[in-house]
Amino acid sequence: MVLYTIAFFAHAIEVSFSVKDSESSNKTSFDFTRTERSGRIGTAMMILGFIFLFAGVILRGASAHRVPWGNMYEFSITGALAFSGAYLFALVKYKLRWLGLPVSIAVLLTLGTAITVLYRPSAPLVPALKSTWLAIHVSAAIISGGVFLLANTIAATYLILDRMEERGGRNEWAKKLPSLETLDQLSYRLVAFVFPLWTFAVIAGAIWAESAWGRYWGWDPKETWAFITWVAYAAYLHARVTAGWRGRKAAWLCLFAGSTFLFNYIYVNIYGTGRHTYSGL
Amino acid sequence: MNIFQWIWRQLTSMRTALILLMMLGLASIPGSLFPQRNQNPMKVRDFAAANPTLAHWLDKVGIFDVYSSAWFSAIYILLFISLIGCVLPRSFEHLKAIGKKPPLTPKYLDRMEGFVELERGTEGALDTAEKWLKKNRFRVRREELSISAEKGYSRETGNLLFHLSLIMILFAVAAGGLFGSKGEAILNVGDRFINTPTSYDNLTFAKFQKEGDMVPFSLRILDFKASYDINTNAPTDYTLKVAASNPIGSKEILKTIKVNSPLTYGSTKIYLQANGYSPVVAVRDKTGKLIFEGPVTFLPQDGNLTSIGAIKLPDMSPQIGMVASFLPTADRSPKRGAFSSFPEVLDPRLLVSVWMGNLGLDNGTPQSVYRVDTSKMQRIGLKALSLGQIYDFGEGTLAFEGYKSWVNLQIVDDPGKMYALAGAILAILGLLTSLFTRQRRIWIKVEGRVQIAGLAKNGVPGLDEELSSLKKALEE
Repeated sequence: MVLYTIAFFAHAIEVSFSVKDSESSNKTSFDFTRTERSGRIGTAMMILGFIFLFAGVILRGASAHRVPWGNMYEFSITGALAFSGAYLFALVKYKLRWLGLPVSIAVLLTLGTAITVLYRPSAPLVPALKSTWLAIHVSAAIISGGVFLLANTIAATYLILDRMEERGGRNEWAKKLPSLETLDQLSYRLVAFVFPLWTFAVIAGAIWAESAWGRYWGWDPKETWAFITWVAYAAYLHARVTAGWRGRKAAWLCLFAGSTFLFNYIYVNIYGTGRHTYSGL
Repeated sequence: MNIFQWIWRQLTSMRTALILLMMLGLASIPGSLFPQRNQNPMKVRDFAAANPTLAHWLDKVGIFDVYSSAWFSAIYILLFISLIGCVLPRSFEHLKAIGKKPPLTPKYLDRMEGFVELERGTEGALDTAEKWLKKNRFRVRREELSISAEKGYSRETGNLLFHLSLIMILFAVAAGGLFGSKGEAILNVGDRFINTPTSYDNLTFAKFQKEGDMVPFSLRILDFKASYDINTNAPTDYTLKVAASNPIGSKEILKTIKVNSPLTYGSTKIYLQANGYSPVVAVRDKTGKLIFEGPVTFLPQDGNLTSIGAIKLPDMSPQIGMVASFLPTADRSPKRGAFSSFPEVLDPRLLVSVWMGNLGLDNGTPQSVYRVDTSKMQRIGLKALSLGQIYDFGEGTLAFEGYKSWVNLQIVDDPGKMYALAGAILAILGLLTSLFTRQRRIWIKVEGRVQIAGLAKNGVPGLDEELSSLKKALEE
C-alpha cells in the first residue's frame, strides 16, 4: 500500500506537470516568460515524478524481496519509469522539452491503467521467474520498450507536423517544435541506439528459456512477437541506411514497428496463451 | 546471362533478402494467434471440435503447425540462401578492401562536404595533415599533391560479422533439428531412471540421431519439495534431489535440479518441468489376496493440484476400474463440489467411483492411463477416503495408504545450442560495432592553396568537428 500511495503521488505530480506543460505549449507565442517558467516547472515536475516513481518501483521490489518485474502492474510502472527516463536522458542531449506533453500524457495513462486495472498486491515469484536472467532480460526489454515508444512519439509528431505543413503551415504552438528533419533524425538515432539492446533482450530471453523451459526458442506467442518487432525494426534500419528512406515513409515504418511492440505487450500479455503469462490478471 | 544466373542474382539481392525477412515475420504471426500442435495439442483439438470445417481447411494449410509447415520452411530456407549469397561475396570484397589503400582523392573537392580553403602556405601542409590523420587513426594514402584518408572500416566489418552470425544461428537451429533428441519421463520419488529409449513416456529423435548416442546416465529420485505462498497459493520453489551416475554404474553423485538450473551432461540437459501427486493404494480381492499395491500417477487439473487418475485392475474378474480424484487439501463448496484449496498435502482425500465390467483394454486401441472407459461397465460404489482408510466396495477392498510426489523430467539433447549462443553473442558485437562506428573520408589537396573536404557515409554527424580540428592543426 505504501507503494501504491507513492506511485499515486508521483502520478499526481505528473498530472500537475501535464497541465503546466500544456499551458506552456498553448501560450507560447503570446507570453514567452510565462511559458518558459511553466516549461521549467514542468521539467522539474517530470524529474520529481521520475524520482518518486523510481522510489516506488524500488520499494515495490523491497516489499516483495525481489526485482519488481513479476506481473503486469510491475512491468507497467517500470515501463513508465523507463519511458520518462528515456525522455529525461534525451532532454539532456537534445532540446526536447516540447515532447514533455505527449510523454507525460503517455506516462499518466500507463500509470493510471497500472493502478486501476493491473494492480496486484506484491507476492513472491513463481519458480520459473527465479533467475538472474529476470533482472537482465526484463530490464533490457523494458528499457528498449521505453526508447522505442519515445521514438514512436517523435515519429507520430513528425507525421502530424508534416500534415500541418502540407496544409499550409504550422499552428502557433507547433512553430516552437523542431524542424521535420531534426525529428526524423532523432527518431532514427533512438532506434539505432536501442536496437542492439532489443536484440540483446531477445537473446537473453532465449538463454533464459533454455535453462527454464528446455529450449531456447519455441515460437511461444511472446517470442514470436518479439521476433516480429525485431524484424520490423531491422527493416526500418535497412530502409533508412541502405535504401535511403527518409521522412514520411520512415516515420510510418517506425510507427508500425512500435505498434508490434505494443501489441506484444498488451495483447499477448493479457489475451495470449503460451508461457509468458505473467500478467497476474 | 542465362536464366539461372538471373534467378541467383535476384535471390541474392539485398532487396529480396529484406522482403524474405519481412515475409518470415508475417508468416510467424498465425502461429501466435492459432493454437499450435507442438505447444498445446489439447487446444488444437478443442478448436477443431468447436469449428470443424474451418479447422479442416486451416489444417490443410498447416496453420496448426506453422513453424514446421512447408511454406514457413520455404521462406526460411530461401532467406538462408539469399543471406549467404548476399553476405559472402561482400565479405570477400571487404577482406580485399581492408588490405587496400583508400580510393584516390576526387578531382573537385569543392563538391564535397565541409570544403574549405586554408589561409596558409602550401609547404609542409601535407606532412602536418598526415601526422594529424595518423594520430587520429585514419588510413592514409599519400600522393604527390594530395592525401586521401579513410576511417571506420570496422563499420562494414561489424555489419558483416552481424550478418554472418545470423547465418551461423540459422545453421545452429538447423543442427538442432537434425541431431539431438527430446523426451519426457514421469517419475515418482524413489524411482530409478535409466537413460534408454524404453524409460521414456515419450521420446522423439531428430533425423540423424542414433539411439546409441544417448548419454549413459541413471538417476534415482531421492526427494522433491514444493513450497507455496500461503496467500496466493502460487508456487515459490521446487527443489528436486537426485542421485546421478554417469556412466551407469559409476559412483552416484548427489545433484539438485531446479526450474532454472537443469542437470547438464554435455549437450544433454535434464529439466524439471512439472510435478504432481501419486496416491499410494493397495487393492485386495474378496479373499484378501493383494492384487495391486503402489503409487498411481494422477494428473493435476488446477493450480491447487486437484488431480485426476485411474486405477485399472484388469486381473480381477470381473474387471474393476476406479475413476479417482486426489485432493491434497480437501475442501467443499456447493458450486464445485469437492476440490482442493491448497497445493500442499494438508488434508488429503482420495475420491473414487468404482466400476465393474469390461475395461476395454483388449481391443487394441490405446487408452489413457488417467481415464477409464466406462462404456461397458457399471458403477458399484462411490467413496471419499481419508489417509489410512480402507473401503470395501463389495468385490474387494481399496486402501488409501499414502501418497508420493512425482516429477516430470524433460530430457533434451540439442547439439546446436552452443553454436546458436556463440552466433548470438557475435551478432550483438557486430551490431554494436556497425551501429556505433562512423565511416568517413577526408581529403587534403595542395593546388595553389590548401584545400580540405570530407564525406560521411550515411550522413552521420561529427565530420564537421573533425574537419575543423584538422583545419586548426593545419593553421597553427
